[in-house]
Amino acid sequence: MQYIQQIIFVAVSAVSIWLFARKAGEIRRNIFLGKDENLNDYPSRRWKNLLLLAFGQKKMFSNPLVAIMHFIIYAGFIIINLEVLEIVLDGILGKHRLFAAPLGSLYNWLINAFEFLAVGVLLVCIVFLCRRNIIKLKRFIGKDLNGWPRSDANYILFTEIVLMSLFLTMNVTDLVLQGRGNSHYPVTGQFYFSGLLSNLFTGLSDGTLVTIERICWWLHIVGIFAFLNYLPYSKHLHIMLAFPNAYYARLEVQGKMKNMPSVQNEVLYAMQPETAPTDAAPPARFGAKDIFDLSWKNLMDAYSCTECGRCTAACPANTTGKLLSPRKIMMATRDRMEDVGKNINANKAFVDDGKSLLHDYISVEELRACTTCNACVEECPVSISPLEIILELRRSLIMEESNAPQEWNGMFSNMENNFAPWKFSPDERDQWAAE
Amino acid sequence: MKVMTMAEMAMNGETPEVLFWVGCAGSFDQRAQKITKAFASILDKVGFSYAILGKEEACTGDPARRAGNEFLFQMMAYQNIQVLNGYGIKKIVTTCPHCFNTLKNEYPELGGNYEVIHHTTLLQQLIDEGRIKLKEGGSFKGKKISFHDSCYLGRANNIYEAPRKVLEALDAELVEMKRCRSKGLCCGAGGAQMFKEDEPGDKRINIERTDEALATGAGFIAAACPFCNTMMTDGVKNREKEQEVEVLDIAEMVAQSMI
Repeated sequence: MQYIQQIIFVAVSAVSIWLFARKAGEIRRNIFLGKDENLNDYPSRRWKNLLLLAFGQKKMFSNPLVAIMHFIIYAGFIIINLEVLEIVLDGILGKHRLFAAPLGSLYNWLINAFEFLAVGVLLVCIVFLCRRNIIKLKRFIGKDLNGWPRSDANYILFTEIVLMSLFLTMNVTDLVLQGRGNSHYPVTGQFYFSGLLSNLFTGLSDGTLVTIERICWWLHIVGIFAFLNYLPYSKHLHIMLAFPNAYYARLEVQGKMKNMPSVQNEVLYAMQPETAPTDAAPPARFGAKDIFDLSWKNLMDAYSCTECGRCTAACPANTTGKLLSPRKIMMATRDRMEDVGKNINANKAFVDDGKSLLHDYISVEELRACTTCNACVEECPVSISPLEIILELRRSLIMEESNAPQEWNGMFSNMENNFAPWKFSPDERDQWAAE
Repeated sequence: MKVMTMAEMAMNGETPEVLFWVGCAGSFDQRAQKITKAFASILDKVGFSYAILGKEEACTGDPARRAGNEFLFQMMAYQNIQVLNGYGIKKIVTTCPHCFNTLKNEYPELGGNYEVIHHTTLLQQLIDEGRIKLKEGGSFKGKKISFHDSCYLGRANNIYEAPRKVLEALDAELVEMKRCRSKGLCCGAGGAQMFKEDEPGDKRINIERTDEALATGAGFIAAACPFCNTMMTDGVKNREKEQEVEVLDIAEMVAQSMI
């Protein structure tokens, strides 16, 4: 019987890890559909960003209360994984609480710490569910979350509550069985929260307790494996990608726009024809029409987005009722990548589907509303730049499609002819000094 | 007023301490011209030698670039860098955060390397050095002033303190809007929005920001950008508060308060 459990455990683990690895590989491939960009300079500054922004969650602390609650879930997630290590080893080796004997009193201390975290995570998840569904914070009820994204957020919180409840129930039953001297349950000393709850279980028989303990143990670990495989389809993927995304965050000041050396050279060759190489080929494409034209970092941004909506809540266009939502820009980019990924899976290589990120996923009206104020970039706790995508798409609109509002065309021609965005004579530029 | 151009300076074999990059708004917009003159008058008063490019100055290309027209931006940048490098310019001061950002952050990789400072930073330095002498009990003493952060100064370049320090030097009472510093709300003009109609929505961004400024009860809204200035001035007019609330550039406030 024990062997069957071990075999099932190993099989379940292997399948879930294989499935996860396969999907992770697809995401990696999708990210590298983007254009190459070297973001490996200044490693010390990058490590600092990783520590402060990802591990330290620096940007979250602009709202300390929410930051602390989020930190509890995050710490709970990372630290409780130590317990998962024991569970996995127990499962493979057919043992129970493998670390209890070698760690001695430290083990008791650790499990108590996990219990405190588990209760903390459970309570915070309830608070977060309330914020989303009862208090209905503005950024959680935006229409860009309608449908799946809103359910996704609730599923995650609900799953975490279930996992923590299973973990605690497992410990309570274990503790009661220990108290009865059951030989399969080595004595570990008291657990604080389990101890408080153990009265609820003392009326049950040994057999029932063992069954409950086993069911909780199995559901807990299977739940974790299921959650692992849910991640790549969910906004919750940020728990992994926030780390590389912080490392590869742009280091320049936010005001600097990405240069287009191809256009720079075109202008140089026009102004100084003698510098033009005879075989100069024009650039294939200006700006970004589809995900293939964006940088891989823009694409990783999209997979890192957890749809918290801080960007959209700070966006001057969105908060005054315009169609633009920086969060939706990121969600649309990810949706497009997923669709392209499915296309590649089905056809071995991408087959033109007649769609593009620009127009089919993100509309001109959205792009036109942006004031390039960087509020979205500043707000993002995981170093995403919706602005970069917006500006690359704008470049495609103007330079590929000549799609500009009438007033902008006027501004362009004024700049070309009068060297100012307005229709003034350049001779009057220093008129103010004469008055 | 007599303002020297680089061409005149070069003809006399002189080199100014700094090039004053006036910008298109500062040159042509009637409201912004007052800011230009106020800043130039401060430089004159403290004996800071400067020159302008005059007719040789052209738009930095910022609105074209942000609208998506990289060709036009590169053309403007190429011309400007030719002129600036031709005069061997080392240091530039500008009253426009958009020009500031482009000259400082975007021209270097195109071959234009200069020390670029925004006028609020220069004003703060001149006050700290004692070169700008302010009246005791000047016109802003004890007055409530709310400073509107320009996106291209603040989030774009992390300059939050210099303009505030200048206002503090005026003995004014600085009252912050609900969204300030890195959380400051845009006036609505950036990204070439200044040059087109708003997209459909429920409110204009400048009205939203003006309402926030009016809620502070300040009698003065201080700006550090000619475009913010226009947007906030329009907002105040729209709310029919122009009798009670004045929108001024920090340079204008300093100019009014100097001995």
